[in-house]
Amino acid sequence: MALNVTDLRVYYRTLRGEVKALDGVTFSVADGEIMGLAGESGSGKSTLAKSLIRLDGRMRHAGGTVELDGREMPLSDDRGMDRFRFREVSLIPQYSMSALNPTRKIGKMVGELLESRGERPDRAELERRLELVGLSGDVLDRYPIELSGGMKQRVVMVVSTLLNPSLLIADEVTSALDVSSQKAVATTLLGFRDRGLVTSMMVVTHDIALVYQIADTIMVMYAGRLAEKAPADVLVTAPRHPYTAQLISALPEVGVRHEDRRLTGIPGSPPSLLKPPEGCRFRDRCPLAFDRCAEQPPFAEVAPGHFVACWKAE
Amino acid sequence: MLKLDGVSKTYRVGAFGGGELKAVSDVGFEVGEGEVVSLIGESGSGKSTLGRMILRLASVSSGTITLDGRDISSIRDRKEYYRQVQGVFQDPFSCYNPVFRADRVFTMIKEQYFPRAGADEWRTRVETALESVRLDPGNVLGKYPHQLSGGQLQRMLIARAVLLDIRLLVADEIISMLDASTRIDVLNLLADLRARGLGILFVTHDLSLGNYVSDRTVVLRHGKVVEMGRTDLVFGAPAHPYTRSLLASVPRLHAKWTDAAPEDMVEDAPCAYHEAPQESRTRPGLAEIDSDHYVACAGKEKA
Repeated sequence: MALNVTDLRVYYRTLRGEVKALDGVTFSVADGEIMGLAGESGSGKSTLAKSLIRLDGRMRHAGGTVELDGREMPLSDDRGMDRFRFREVSLIPQYSMSALNPTRKIGKMVGELLESRGERPDRAELERRLELVGLSGDVLDRYPIELSGGMKQRVVMVVSTLLNPSLLIADEVTSALDVSSQKAVATTLLGFRDRGLVTSMMVVTHDIALVYQIADTIMVMYAGRLAEKAPADVLVTAPRHPYTAQLISALPEVGVRHEDRRLTGIPGSPPSLLKPPEGCRFRDRCPLAFDRCAEQPPFAEVAPGHFVACWKAE
Repeated sequence: MLKLDGVSKTYRVGAFGGGELKAVSDVGFEVGEGEVVSLIGESGSGKSTLGRMILRLASVSSGTITLDGRDISSIRDRKEYYRQVQGVFQDPFSCYNPVFRADRVFTMIKEQYFPRAGADEWRTRVETALESVRLDPGNVLGKYPHQLSGGQLQRMLIARAVLLDIRLLVADEIISMLDASTRIDVLNLLADLRARGLGILFVTHDLSLGNYVSDRTVVLRHGKVVEMGRTDLVFGAPAHPYTRSLLASVPRLHAKWTDAAPEDMVEDAPCAYHEAPQESRTRPGLAEIDSDHYVACAGKEKA
């Protein structure tokens, strides 16, 4: 097992109290697995991704453990995490465009980065990897401003995977791109796994249709908790959690016209995580809700590899 | 109703404004009453520039935009124009001043356009407008922007436009910042407004959204129209290789990219524009290959 997360809780400190952005999540990602992590804004998906790399000043590790390849990661110990960052777990940030130092040429910046980790920069290897994402070695002698958004995104992808991390987290990497570059970036991610540059991957996105293209499994989050995790095909064709089912039926697809089939959204909005309600958090918006939903359903395995947190899914 | 004819936009670029950048060149299409036209293109295709020109937020370099036959740049009184044409943009959060209550956008409309409306009469009008965008007035009036969701804020902006009895709405990427579960409600709302006779120009980069709601589609690339016409024809039988490659890149839920037949990707298919007979070239640079389905030449365009 590459990644084992057990009952992880991460809260944000605010003036009005703690926001329980991640409230007890338990899951694992196998070696070689690409897991899509989907959810709406405020579902906690980005918090989960960030927690595995670095807690910022407002975030507090309130409980739970994260094990990567059998070693526990000290989430709240910023220094201790340095042993893992970049080597064991690496991140492609959401705004890759602004992740590059504007005053350094790409090559120099990458060199300094590697030296800080005690590694010798190897230009030939760097060029080979740039080639994998369709860039020529010339970009190393250029400044970030000379590259287009898609090119910068790909440079950052190469930098993030230089030390062959065990787990790569891609946080909304395709959201700011056009359809055709989206496809290129997504297939590059797939290539990283297939070439063994990274062992497993978490692809955080709000776009289920996109992540379905490359992921082996998809996990859906709602209001700081896990709703469902299943193999990608199963999740898309036979979701068991009412939230997943409604979310998927709300997606317009090419070929679906308003006149033929009127899609409907999910009424209501997610609960505030400052004082989250007891029990199932989707209860207020759920068409299937009944008395028992006042009690939090477990994230139970209903079929091999298919986990659902819903009383009605058994 | 709205007609664009040979519209171009040139920006001056470079240190001394010596360079020229043609953001939009020679675009012509119409938006009729009760019709949704989607304008699809990737970043830099000029789709937002077109929207801004229609809203008179940017000047037209050449060509004309007419509303009911009147050149919009000759309408002196901007208020008169904005009574009929309004825009809603991508980011609903930045359209509100966080210091004031969100319903201030309605008050501002009242002050500018209907100063003589009575308080009671105005409240009824606001409530009707809110109900027409399927918001419960009690839920949103008197609230601050941070207390409302993106979908609610976006729908309030549409309600604000509806207060003016507009005839054309320019919706520029209005749902790309919304969550999947509320997105579709705003789309359905556009369809409801269309049923009331409103013309809508729906600017988007998302093909599946454009396909869901629109009657006609215009596909832009580098400021030029590559294909346009009835949505079912443009999406069902795309004739330009660019449209085909865009459609092939759209992630779908029940078909993987890898399942697509490789034949679809072949780019050296014969050019539909040049295959079409001479007399079908009814618009500049476009050939009508089916009724209301126009395509541009697929040859290598000059960058």
